Amino acid sequence: MDKSRVGILVVDDEYSVRDALYKWFRDDGYRVDVAADAHEALKKLQESSWDIVLLDIRLPGMDGLELQRRIREIDPNVVVIMITAYASVESAVQALKQGAFDYVTKPIDPDDLEHLVRNAVEQRRLRAENIQLRQKIEELARMDEIIGETPAMKQVFELVRVVAETDSTVLIRGESGTGKELIARAIHGHSRRRYFPIITVNCGAFPETLLESELFGHERGAFTGAQYRRKGKIELADGGTLFLDEIGDIPPKMQVDLLRVIETKEFTRVGGNQVIRSDFRLICATNKDLESEMKAGRFREDLYYRINVFTIYLPPLRERREDIPLLARHFVKRFATTMNKPITEITPEAMEILLAYDWPGNVRELENAIERAMVVGKPPAIRPEDLPFQLGTKADSAVGELESLEAVERSHIEKVLAKTGWNISRAASILQIDRVTLYNKIRKYGLRRPA
Amino acid sequence: MTGRIYVVPIHRPMVVNLQFLTEAITSRFGVPSLPLSLEIDLGRAHDRFRNQYHSTEILAQLLRQAPRDTLRILGLTDLDLFIPVLTYVFGEAQLGGKAAVVSCYRLKNELYGLPPDNRLLQARLLKEAIHELGHTFHLLHCDDPSCVMRVSTYVEEIDYKGDRFCAACEARLANILEDLLGAAFRKASF
Repeated sequence: MDKSRVGILVVDDEYSVRDALYKWFRDDGYRVDVAADAHEALKKLQESSWDIVLLDIRLPGMDGLELQRRIREIDPNVVVIMITAYASVESAVQALKQGAFDYVTKPIDPDDLEHLVRNAVEQRRLRAENIQLRQKIEELARMDEIIGETPAMKQVFELVRVVAETDSTVLIRGESGTGKELIARAIHGHSRRRYFPIITVNCGAFPETLLESELFGHERGAFTGAQYRRKGKIELADGGTLFLDEIGDIPPKMQVDLLRVIETKEFTRVGGNQVIRSDFRLICATNKDLESEMKAGRFREDLYYRINVFTIYLPPLRERREDIPLLARHFVKRFATTMNKPITEITPEAMEILLAYDWPGNVRELENAIERAMVVGKPPAIRPEDLPFQLGTKADSAVGELESLEAVERSHIEKVLAKTGWNISRAASILQIDRVTLYNKIRKYGLRRPA
Repeated sequence: MTGRIYVVPIHRPMVVNLQFLTEAITSRFGVPSLPLSLEIDLGRAHDRFRNQYHSTEILAQLLRQAPRDTLRILGLTDLDLFIPVLTYVFGEAQLGGKAAVVSCYRLKNELYGLPPDNRLLQARLLKEAIHELGHTFHLLHCDDPSCVMRVSTYVEEIDYKGDRFCAACEARLANILEDLLGAAFRKASF
């Protein structure tokens, strides 16, 4: 264990205690600081990160219990150890109930202190590892959602596999909601940088001044409201991947700064002059026509050529309708688990509506539609009336005017029967209903086999 | 600049071989080490509620009385030492400062119900003396299990480690001593 990377903050109003513990941990090689009261402790917790806080239960002003609650708000992963006198063991027990890792009574036995801190460091390591694993699991789960069996999507998967092995800059292009971030995460997750973070910045979500701070970070006092030093996303991506979503929305001045960082991998924080180096792999995404933006003078040509090294184009959902049932069933399965609701299928009528719709919001819109249907729907299946109302209003003309669901169903059954040459078993299989149901519907709609 | 490492016995009925200790210190640090007698007012350091001696107070008195040519000064005692927040300490040192103190009170087998062993006591005391003096030369605790700068919170841990510096601590110490004593400093045992 590299003790110099473990930060211990000692909070005690008694100088002799603070001083002794400071020296004890400092001589042991830990990064250590002290605070005499809750106010000072909170300030130090906000200014930089600490792994372990040794906290006197009795402090002037705000007591240790209240401070512990506040620490949890700032960083729930800090390991808090309470220091108490014998008289206040009850308070220490209270602290344990509120999530303190342990407590020690003054004076502290050096053996106990040593073991306590070692265990606390281990606890902190496990918590951090747990968070990383959860993120990894979530990431893997989300990567599973890149679903598609169409040739276009198979080509995307192949490109991801090839480019992941390199360190090339990648530009992912596609309409909003096509899954550009998932593809970026898939590339990162299969690259040699996968053990480092992927840091995402949505360039379209910030005004220019905030975007600068978001990317480059800022020093304390760099601008009004900059109360603390803050690392930027470029710095946080060191070793890993920087994913710049909506790169087409980046303001012209920032494009110059970004180009410089891409070329040198060096930058300074806003309001600072220390040159910081960050080794990151760049992946960008856009739904804009960058070539038109370039011609219009809104996107720098040199930046365009820097980021457009390797391009992956994600087709919109309407160009790969065959994937809609796959995706829809996948989302049903996922929401059934998360909502704990036994809806396991989509009725053919509802599926027909999903297939007929143009999905301008692509996979994200489909996901939202299924989520809504899962909320309002009743087990065991999603029915047409569970789907968002607007799906019926943007229907593909190939299905005709959807005057009613029955009309849609009649027309679709007729089409499937014609396509299968009135092979009832095959038609029922395509429609995902049993043969008896199909016969009933044929009778209901008065459908007749052509002579 | 030249200097000496003084070893000051405090409250002696100690069964410690002072000559062995000063010779070992001279050899480890490449600086002459000599015994020195000083009057330490133990009444000021004594805590009657705990019946222990506040090591920081002893350090303060050693510093006040240190001779001009003192490079480092080490108090040596068989009193039970403490600092207010801890129940006891084997010793205390100023990190990068001049003074350190070590106690053999908790290094004795007798305290743990075992038969006396003066050779073991001598070995433990040497390790702790070198360890605390190491702190005065800016050395922090070391992860090398055999290094004398390895942290020891109970007596068995002292027995596990050696009485010499590991290569990394040795190199750091050499640099610090060179800075302190000038480029002319040459340490035969390095």
